[in-house]
Amino acid sequence: MSAVLDDKTRNQALIQEVLDAYPEKAAKKRAKHLNVYEEGKPDCGVKSNIKSLPGVMTIRGCAYAGSKGVVWGPIKDMVHISHGPVGCGQYSWGTRRNYASGTVGVDNFTVLQVTSDFQEKDIVFGGDKKLEKLIDEIGTIFPLARGISIQSECPIGLIGDDIEAVAKKKGKEVGKTIVPVRCEGFRGVSQSLGHHIANDMVRDWVLDKADNKGFESTPYDVTIIGDYNIGGDAWSSRILLEEMGLRVIAQWSGDGTLAEMEKTPKAKLNLLHCYRSMNYISRHMEEKYGIPWVEYNFFGPSKIAASLREIASHFDDKIKENTEKVIAKYQAMVDGIIAKYKPRLDGKKVMLYVGGLRPRHVVGAYEDLGMEVVGAGYEFAHGDDYQRTTHYVKDGTLIYDDVTGFEFEKFAEKIRPDLVGSGVKEKYIFQKMGIPFRQMHSWDYSGPYHGYDGFAIFARDMDMAINSPVWNMTKAPWKK
Amino acid sequence: MSDLRQIAFYGKGGIGKSTTSQNTLAALAEMGQKILIVGCDPKADSTRLILHAKAQDTVLSLAADAGSVEDLELEDVLKVGYRDIRCVESGGPEPGVGCAGRGVITAINFLEENGAYDGVDYVSYDVLGDVVCGGFAMPIRENKAQEIYIVMSGEMMAMYAANNISKGILKYANAGGVRLGGLICNERKTDKEYELADALAKKLGTSLIHFVPRDNVVQHAELRRMTVLEYDPESKQAGEYRALAQKVHANKGNGVIPTPISMDELEDLLLEFGIMSKEDESIVGKSKSAA
Repeated sequence: MSAVLDDKTRNQALIQEVLDAYPEKAAKKRAKHLNVYEEGKPDCGVKSNIKSLPGVMTIRGCAYAGSKGVVWGPIKDMVHISHGPVGCGQYSWGTRRNYASGTVGVDNFTVLQVTSDFQEKDIVFGGDKKLEKLIDEIGTIFPLARGISIQSECPIGLIGDDIEAVAKKKGKEVGKTIVPVRCEGFRGVSQSLGHHIANDMVRDWVLDKADNKGFESTPYDVTIIGDYNIGGDAWSSRILLEEMGLRVIAQWSGDGTLAEMEKTPKAKLNLLHCYRSMNYISRHMEEKYGIPWVEYNFFGPSKIAASLREIASHFDDKIKENTEKVIAKYQAMVDGIIAKYKPRLDGKKVMLYVGGLRPRHVVGAYEDLGMEVVGAGYEFAHGDDYQRTTHYVKDGTLIYDDVTGFEFEKFAEKIRPDLVGSGVKEKYIFQKMGIPFRQMHSWDYSGPYHGYDGFAIFARDMDMAINSPVWNMTKAPWKK
Repeated sequence: MSDLRQIAFYGKGGIGKSTTSQNTLAALAEMGQKILIVGCDPKADSTRLILHAKAQDTVLSLAADAGSVEDLELEDVLKVGYRDIRCVESGGPEPGVGCAGRGVITAINFLEENGAYDGVDYVSYDVLGDVVCGGFAMPIRENKAQEIYIVMSGEMMAMYAANNISKGILKYANAGGVRLGGLICNERKTDKEYELADALAKKLGTSLIHFVPRDNVVQHAELRRMTVLEYDPESKQAGEYRALAQKVHANKGNGVIPTPISMDELEDLLLEFGIMSKEDESIVGKSKSAA
């Protein structure tokens, strides 16, 4: 108990220390985003989803990143147009590791960078005609593409182009789904609004127009919602659901297709992994089609087993029995992983700063390995995320919303965790501080981390990062 | 470049900016000044009286045809009209699409980079109705127009626009060198028009540099796509424009930082001249039958 009290006191002092470095107005604003979690409280005691301060290094993205990069980009049988000047699409190209099976140019277009490449004249005269031409060209070059999404970059909203009219007109003409998305980067405070807008466009331009006649339902039809198949996460999740006896009729949106999205209203249960980015569409389907949804967590054996049982509770005894068999089947593998890695990782401390769900969802996986999450924060969470976080973090955990570069470094410098998990921009800063690091957006070019198969890789990767012999070779230059 | 005078004509839409500016510039050309007109209005009608043309090919339409503005040569966009006045229209999109403001910026940058201003005494910008966004403020930014002439009349909304434009000038006056050259009143035959225009000019810290009387000869000339100076050089109206041109020419360096007034002050002005009476307050918002 006294250790926890010590941590709390230290964390409070740390927050005060970083705030002291800011000008008064900035300190007042940032103070609301930093806290030490008190057990028993209904949330983490921080404000969230508020505009970042000018002058700080924020790690956030924009609405375009949320729609094109996260929600729509992984739909593999559609061509996604980065509509506007070339940069937004070009410099984000290939940065998200959403795997998709298929043949490029035939039934998989995810690796392409398609842009309307706005020039000055498109700004002045409007880009709608160019967009029409682009849609025609996509039809010629990729006749097998099932649809097109138009991902708006900032200028589209500024010059008032009517992309909805283009989408309607060309959609009729070519007989394919064309979805206009108003995800201009200046909208909202982070990528979060982009997720919401993208969800709404799925609702208006895909679900509402879907024709599911001839679809043969089974009582076991489920969907995976909010799994982007980073490093193959959705695949290692789907295996377990199928072994339970469920039929996965759609994956949103990692390795997903337009046809799968259209069929989703036929599901018996929507399984929601990333709550932040896809709770909107899940709620919509609940209201409109009466499909219940359940949040689950496939990081680490404890949470996987709990989630499998939770999912099974919505089905009959056959599924429940299968589920126990699945859990039992993987137990030996889990025991092996834990026996191998826990002795090497036990007691190690982790600080996390990631995106939509991972700052809470991976806590259990670390704990399964004997590790402890001592700090957690989200880039673009809302209040409901910080409420959910209380189910995962322990008393005294340092909480930092929309952390600034300065705060994050300062915290790590004082806490000296054994591992930091965040993004590529943060990676080398912490490694240069001598702190092991794993990228927790992209799984550091590894993965999957979901499911039992993913846990094996997760455990190996964390061991590799923390126990690498390279850390024994680092020496402060002033220590001869 | 130091002797180059850059001026601009602003004012409420339909007030007669293009007509007044072209007639005045024609008179300046008569005085031997070398003139370049830069039309900054998507309608592209700022040079028709000089060129006798319906509308000239614009920088932006030619750029769109050629691919980009970098593909254009100055000769492609520059036309020479009455008394060797050089004419350029920035042009812009059809109504309701794209960004006309960006078009003005693109066109002016192109002209500057390609030496359109070399060897002229005057560059005159003719800008559309109101300074609705940053693009249409381009001519009043740093190193562009030094003096702005606001064309107005005794009508309430024209005076309101004149005041608004003064606010735009004020915004850029402190950062750059733009000044208000003065008001030009285009007679509409409203009550006490001269007195009102003169009073507004004083409120704005400037002067009414000329009161252009209404004369049908302007219409006759317009129908022939000509300035009055060219159509009927002996007319009284041609003399008015010559007088205005002389005053503009003599006004070099006399521009002021304007002191725009509030809407209330503007209404007070109308009260003062008896255009509006105190009792009018009670009739505000009442239909004819209700009153």
